[in-house]
Amino acid sequence: MLQAFNLTRTSDRHTLLDKASVAVSSGERVALTGASGSGKTVLLRALTMLDPVDSGTVQWNGAEIDDAEVPRFRSRVMYLHQQPASREGTVESVLEEPFQLQIHQKKPFSLQQIVGWLDQLGKSESFLKQSHIDLSGGESQIVALLRAMQLNPNVLLLDEPTSALDSETTRKVESLLVDWAQAASDRAFLWVTHDVQQADRISNRAIRMVDGKLEAV
Amino acid sequence: MQNYVDLTVWQVALAAMLMIVNGAISIGLKLKLERTLLIASLRTVIQLTLVGMVLKYIFQLERWYLVLALAAAMTLIAGVTASNRNKRTYPGIRLNTIVSIFVSSWLVTGFALFAVLQGIDKWYQPQYAIPLLGMVLGNTLNGISVGLNTFTEALFTRRTQVESLLAMGATRAEAAAEPLRDAVRTGMIPIINSMMIVGLVSLPGMMTGQLISGMDPMSAVKYQIVIMFLIAGATALGTIGVVWLSYRRLFNERHQFRRDLIR
Repeated sequence: MLQAFNLTRTSDRHTLLDKASVAVSSGERVALTGASGSGKTVLLRALTMLDPVDSGTVQWNGAEIDDAEVPRFRSRVMYLHQQPASREGTVESVLEEPFQLQIHQKKPFSLQQIVGWLDQLGKSESFLKQSHIDLSGGESQIVALLRAMQLNPNVLLLDEPTSALDSETTRKVESLLVDWAQAASDRAFLWVTHDVQQADRISNRAIRMVDGKLEAV
Repeated sequence: MQNYVDLTVWQVALAAMLMIVNGAISIGLKLKLERTLLIASLRTVIQLTLVGMVLKYIFQLERWYLVLALAAAMTLIAGVTASNRNKRTYPGIRLNTIVSIFVSSWLVTGFALFAVLQGIDKWYQPQYAIPLLGMVLGNTLNGISVGLNTFTEALFTRRTQVESLLAMGATRAEAAAEPLRDAVRTGMIPIINSMMIVGLVSLPGMMTGQLISGMDPMSAVKYQIVIMFLIAGATALGTIGVVWLSYRRLFNERHQFRRDLIR
């Protein structure tokens, strides 16, 4: 589905990405590990074209993406920030927000689906009425994750999605995401983690980043 | 015919003595503002005297190219000031403020000179063109810098939020919509506020001048009403202009938010 060739990006003579090539196919659950500052976040951002790259290309189903097609591409390949932004309003209103965007307008907001996922994570429905700015870092990671999942993307690019969660909730998020990826044939994720054991639990393939270069594990 | 009292140098010097009060307060309260006060007072005298000399020269000659040259210089200074006042900056900010202040104030002043003030001899009659442009520039400058500051500050502090919208498939227009609206609204608030209280709390400078020079109050008021609308129009155009140009600079065709450009 998602392919990137020779992504290269330098900043102030510092190499952030060095000819990084990666492919994520349907059904793949890829773990991406690497030291802090090795370029993992830069890679995810480059894959969804949030930042310009100096050279290299990204393809979706074998074709490069026109400027006008970038929003549609990003609705298929969705990047999640490690530290989501706080929003005014309740958790529920934050979850509903993306349906105002043109690209998601025709999709219905399903409270039922959200409640089902919250249940899997051990959270009650009252969580939806909480004020978003009062959430802990881990809770807002959960909201950002559910917000993305409900939009039904094909590929999730997850930037340490459990970094602020306790170990019990981390396990629940892991199984929620593995279930999600396995529930349809056209889904995949690329998961950045520092935790080798977590990488083993969630992935069926692992890659590693060293100084902006990608290598298989 | 002259129906106002021309001030002598000594009369002006008498008013200048008020600065002794400021100086005394500064020394008494250890504000350490004496030096700044002195410089500010000197600049007030020197800058206004120079402007008076330039205006006198231009008023006498009444040449269109001289009027345009002075107008261009005033516009350029206003544009540069608007970008310098901004807390955050990005490459190309100065050009954007100059372009938006130029287009908005010249359009509106042109409208005033050609359409509203029918009956003046020539459009470039400096007595009308220069003060009108000056007033429009001064106020548009405010709107532009307030709007621009709000926009860049909002984008800087809410960058993750803007990006998370883009990451979910928002277009650049959708991602920037909230900061754009906030910026234009904030830029227009000062002029709306002054339209609300004009005449109640203070008499505007131009109207004061016309009253002192002996103009009939109702005539002076009509001029002032025109001026208020000119300022409001130019401020709206200028603010929208600078915010839109900044948006085009900071969000590219690929729906990328160039947050790295904001410093």
